[in-house]
Order: sequence, then C-alpha cells, then structure tokens
Amino acid sequence: MPLNLSTISKITWCPGCPNSQILVAMRQAISALADSGTLKIENLVAGAGIGCHGKISDYLNTNAFTALHGRLIPSLTGIKCANHDLTVIGMVGDGDAYSEGLEHIIHAARRNSDIKIFVHDNQVFALTQGQASSESPKGFKSKTTPAGSIEEPFDAFPVLLSSGATFAARSYAGDIARTKSIIEAAIKHKGFSFVEIIQPCITFFDTRDYFKERVFWREGGPAENQFKAMELCKKDGEKIPLGIFYNVEKPTFEEQLLK
Amino acid sequence: MRKSHDSVFTIGIGGAAGDGAREAGNTLGTILAELGYESFVSFTYPSLIRGGHNFARLTFSKEKVYSDHEALDVLIALNEESIGLHRNELASYAVVFADLFEQKDLAALGNNAVALPMAATVKDMNVPAITRNSMALGAICYLLDLDFELMQTALQKAFNGKQPETNIKLADMGYQLLKEKGFKHKKKISPSPEKKELIDGNSALAKGLIAAGLDFYVAYPMTPATSILHFLASKQKDSSLRVIQPESELSVINMALGIAYAGKRVAIGSASGGFALMQEAVSCAGMMEAPLVIAVSQRQAPATGLPTYSSQTDLRFVIHSGHGEFPKIVIAPGDPEESFYAGAEALNLAWRYQLPVIILIDKIISEHASTSLLKADKIKIDHGSVATELGEKYGRYQITSDGISPMAFPGTPNTIVKTTSYEHNEIGITIEEAGPTKAMLNKRFAKTETIIKSLDHHETVKIYGNRSSNDVIVFWGSTKGPVLEAAKYIKKSVKFVQIIWMDPFDVKKVTQELSGAKNIICVECNHDGQLAALIREKTGIAVTEKILKFDSRPFEPVSLAEEINKKI
Repeated sequence: MPLNLSTISKITWCPGCPNSQILVAMRQAISALADSGTLKIENLVAGAGIGCHGKISDYLNTNAFTALHGRLIPSLTGIKCANHDLTVIGMVGDGDAYSEGLEHIIHAARRNSDIKIFVHDNQVFALTQGQASSESPKGFKSKTTPAGSIEEPFDAFPVLLSSGATFAARSYAGDIARTKSIIEAAIKHKGFSFVEIIQPCITFFDTRDYFKERVFWREGGPAENQFKAMELCKKDGEKIPLGIFYNVEKPTFEEQLLK
Repeated sequence: MRKSHDSVFTIGIGGAAGDGAREAGNTLGTILAELGYESFVSFTYPSLIRGGHNFARLTFSKEKVYSDHEALDVLIALNEESIGLHRNELASYAVVFADLFEQKDLAALGNNAVALPMAATVKDMNVPAITRNSMALGAICYLLDLDFELMQTALQKAFNGKQPETNIKLADMGYQLLKEKGFKHKKKISPSPEKKELIDGNSALAKGLIAAGLDFYVAYPMTPATSILHFLASKQKDSSLRVIQPESELSVINMALGIAYAGKRVAIGSASGGFALMQEAVSCAGMMEAPLVIAVSQRQAPATGLPTYSSQTDLRFVIHSGHGEFPKIVIAPGDPEESFYAGAEALNLAWRYQLPVIILIDKIISEHASTSLLKADKIKIDHGSVATELGEKYGRYQITSDGISPMAFPGTPNTIVKTTSYEHNEIGITIEEAGPTKAMLNKRFAKTETIIKSLDHHETVKIYGNRSSNDVIVFWGSTKGPVLEAAKYIKKSVKFVQIIWMDPFDVKKVTQELSGAKNIICVECNHDGQLAALIREKTGIAVTEKILKFDSRPFEPVSLAEEINKKI
C-alpha cells in the first residue's frame, strides 16, 4: 500500500509557491526511502521552524516537531540523543536558520549531530510580509530597507564546511526530481547533512527568472576535502552550482554520547 | 568580641582562593557528620579563580543546624589577612590557628593564639601546599576532644581518593601538636545519635533527579547552578544517564524539549540570568506540554550582579516565566534535604502533568552544605499517563476531563505524534479558529485544577514551632536556615510557616495557617517583599511586618532573632 503522506490540513502557501515543489520532492523522497526499506515511517521525525516553510510539518503525515523561530536545530539534536533509532530531519527558513539562532546550525555541524537540515532559502522574510533577510542581496528594497539593503548577504557554505558539516549540497526547488534525490542522499548520510534549497518567493521576491538563467547541475562527485568543497559550491559570478559538494563519514555526536 | 551560644560551635577557615578553605570546611563537616554531629557549612568567595579572600564557615551542634553562625569559636587563618578580616567575629575563648602571629594579635589573643607550622611542614614534606589544611583539621579534632581512632576512620572516608596518606599524616601531626600542649577548648558539644550525610543543595537536588529516573541533564555553566552539571557529569559512567553542555541556554532548553518529545526524562538548570535567556522556550514547554524540569538558582541580580552571592529576588520572575498563560509548577525547597526530595518530586510531577516544573533555589542552597538524611529508596518513579490506544486515531493532545492527554512517542508503529509551538488541535496540527483555541487552552488549564485537587498529598507548606501561636513568621527558600536557627533564640513561642509551593499556590492551607494571627512577619532576601505580596494576592492576607535583606548576604540567625524579638 503506498504511503499516505498528506494530512487534513489545507495548504495555505500562495498558489504556485515553490514551497509546494519542495513538499512534493520531500514526500517522494520519504516514499522512496520507505519503499526501499531504508526508513520505517514511524521512525521519521519531521521538524520545522517558523516561517512560510514551517507549514510543511502540518502537510506531512509523519511525526512532527514544530519548534520556535530559530530554535529547531537543538531540538532535533535532543530528539536524536533521546532515541537513536529515529531519522531526524528538519526544514528551516533562511530567517529561521541564518538570522535568528544562527549559532545552532554551526554548533550542530561542529558536533556532527546526526540530523538533516533543509534550508528553504527564499532570501526574504515572507510570512512577516517581505522584509530583508540575511540572505537578501545588497540593495534589496523592502518595507524595512526602503532605500535598499546596505548589508551583504550571508554565505552559509564556507561557514558550515569549516565548522565540520559532513554533507553539504545545494538544490533548486523548481527541479523536483533532483531535489528529491538530494533529499534522499542527505537522509541516507550518517551525520550532519546540510542542504540549501533555493526557493524563490513569488510574492515578495520573485527570483524565478534570475535563478533559471543561472543555476546549473555540476558534473562529478563530491569534493575530497572541505576546502575543495568550498570552491565547488562557490557562486561564481553569474553561475550558481547545484549538487552534492561534500559527503564524508565521521563519528556522530549521538553515537559518541550514547557509547 | 562576639557572644557565641553554648549549644553550637562555629569554625571559620579563611585563606586566598586556591588555599582550599572550602575543601577543608567540607572535610571537617564530613568528619563531624561521621561522628554524629549536625552541621552547616557555608562558603563565601568572590567571582575569580585565584586570589581574593575565600572563607568557609562551619557551625555544628547536637541538634539540627539550619544555618551557620557569625560568632567564631575557632578561626583557621591560612594567610595573614584572614585574622584581621575576621577579628571582629571572634567569640570569647576563640582559638585562632595560624602559621605566624603579629605582635598585636598575640597580645589580644594570648594563649588562644596557637601557632601551627602548617606551611613549613608541607614544605619539608614536599607535598602540595593545599594539604596544610589537614594539619589544622587534626589540631581542631584534638581541641574538640574527638576520639583519635574515630578521627582516623572519618579522615579515611573524607579523603577517599584525595591523597589520604599525606592528609592523614598531617592531621595526626596537628592532633599530636595540640596534645603536647594539652590544649582543649572550654566549650564541649556532644554528638547526636543519628548519623547523616553532609551534602550541598546542588548535589542533593541532582541525587533526587537520579532517584526519580533522570535520563538526560542539559546545561550551560552558570554560577551558582554549575555544580549540578559537575555532579551529574561525574555520574555518567556505568549509568544510562547522559549529560550535555550545548552552546547556550537557548540551545539547552530547546534541546531538552526535543528529548522530552522523544520520551526521555530530562532536566536542565541555570542561574536566574541563564533562565532569563530561556523564556520563549519555557512558554513552548507549556504549549507542547513537554515534561521538563528546570532548576533555577538565584544569585544577586540585576544583570550579572554579584555572581557568587545570593538573593531571593526571582520569585516573581520565575512564577511568571514564559509569555502567555499556561500551567506550570514552581517548588522552592529550603535546604539540601528538601532539594533532594524536590528534585525527585519535580521529575515525577513533570511527567504526571506534562508541563514545566521549576525548582527554585539560590546560592545558599546550591553551594552550602548541611547534614541531611536522603532516602533514595523512598522515591518512586511516576511515568505519567502513557497511551495504550495507539494507531491512526491517536492524538497527542486528546481533550480529557483532567486535562492530561495520554502520551505516545515517535517510533511507535502506525501512530503519528505531532507537537508544535503553534496552537493546535488534538492531533497536533495548527489551528487559528476561536472555539478550538479556547478548548485547547481550557484543556491545559484543566491540569491546574487537577493539580490543586492533589495539593493535600504534597508538602506545599511546612509548619514549625508553636502551631497555636498568634505570632507567625513566614518565609521561603534558603531563609528557612537563618529563621529556624534564629528560632532557638526567639524569646516568645511563635509559629513558623515555610511556603514551598509557589505555583500553584496552596491558597487553602496558607489561609488556614495565617488567618487570625496577630503578628505576621515575612522574612525574605529581596527588596520588594515578593512573598509578602504573593500571599496578599493569593489569600487577601496582608503581613503586618516585613524583615527584608537585599545586600547579597543571607540573614545571620542570632541578629535575626534579636530583630524578631524587638517586633513581637
């Protein structure tokens, strides 16, 4: 019997929002892992933060932990510590992971906590009506930056790779099939997985055309070390590479703690 | 020159940080406990690692000692400044041990100035300087007329794992030195028949948590809560207990919410400043109905304040902690023994009622030690209401008449467990409609009603002294120590009321104990009279007098008794 991963909850994202594409990719990835026997559905905990992305926990018919804004990541480590049979994944927004509570994702990477983090990066605070986030480009005009943002955007990849992330990948929400396969690989990875999913906000910062012209799937496997991975993931002027940049195995925080 | 009371004996040990005054105080307390004495050991120190004046003070007696006294019968001066700093606290007949005395001290103390070559002896023996305390401990044992053999056995126990041979040898030397002088103290205290354990409140609280089946302790270091973290970290070996020290207090409490959601018994702890950082997640624990124990140890605030000194200034903050309205339990034990039972009870209550339970203590309870009777075999583990009806229909937040929804945890086949910081329906999915919002809020507050119905089964309020007296002294937390110690010197026969449960407040019992009293004196260590105000808010009863202290130091029992004697 195929898994029923939908719930009674009515989807309230804007019609056409790429969040729905991420939801489809996520459901497909979970179904594939469950069908192949890799994952017992009762052992999956889907975490979410607060922001447009966070509604996803209501739309997934799985165990769920919807945290406070910016505080999902330590909760996920707690869940994994309490029961290492669980597969612990978390959806966070760019405001939710890179602005409020930025320290948590860095420390989770440093610990190699066995949790899988998917950042829905729409480069804007959408749920609060479109303010600049730490991912918004310099010059971004919004209600809080009427003359254009004077801050440079934050690049999480070098920070997380140098902090010790053992899996790092970037995807584009519009490509459901590839996003699904990256989600699957991230969940299968033992240790801390970091996946940034570019997700244009069609209401407050419609970047669909901008990204369509620039994203490309890079050839070849992941880098052999974190420094090379930093090179691979770099947004090189007009081109934005997608794919898995780094994937190594190291002892996880939870297995060492419970030893 | 101070007057010291005949029934108690007080020893002060002063030195620089790193001289081991605290260890010496605790060792002496352990020896005395082994010999059957009741004691209370306080420790005063500034917030630094080296230098500065550290002072341990131990009061012992045949009867329960609730607080240490200021008047010193013996002073061990590990450095020169200690004599000058404590000269005014010396009782008549006070004996002072030091390496060397200045001429003016010799003149004042006469035969009671006892030179002990502590520093020279450890130098000759080529052993660590810190062990020189042991020579003074041995000298004190002779001074107090303690049996030599008993002292040896007690020292073995006290120095277990801490160079027992060196320390015992030095203690023997100190003992013999006094014996040669034939010098015994004029005051003699006999031991009590019951043997207890000397323990500080943080260790006792931690032991209580363990007794109630603690799986995880998560904390970020902050004085005076840190030693709970140290104690539990040292207990992980050969145990399933695990201790985690994350990057911040925010991480601590959010990690604990995850642990509780996944079904493990978890406690966290901090000073009130660290607890302040956790506020949004305290509220989240209320919303998620997460079983979570939080130990909060008060120190002198606001802000960083005086990190190593005490206060009772966070009663209001803690009972109102977390935004929004949700049930929680706040228990304020008054000493290490009560902290042990509070730790165990808190964990059981958290699981029975699925809510945050806060144990409110302070620096005095956390770090000062007193002889206590901790009966771990009395503790039973309450796992709370665990769901038996699982499957597709399961809802983590099922509405029930007592407000308690049976718990299931992720990993249960065919059962989905959803929790969220948003208001939610019975299956844990976000809602925004008015009716269901009110229904879920009412469900959570039904737990408060359930708890209030059970208050008679808990020690929410403790009564001491003359139960029928019209003069009532009311107090909470560590002020129990000086108040009950002062009770020995209060002339009138009065009733003492200790309030332990702060939320829910036992309105019925407190009203019963306070109504009709002629004088109600509230004693607490804060500026605003927070307990007095809470009593008035909850019962309508106004206290007639407040004795407040807010200089970061606890009440001194003999002075407090004098102040109370003037008022009644």
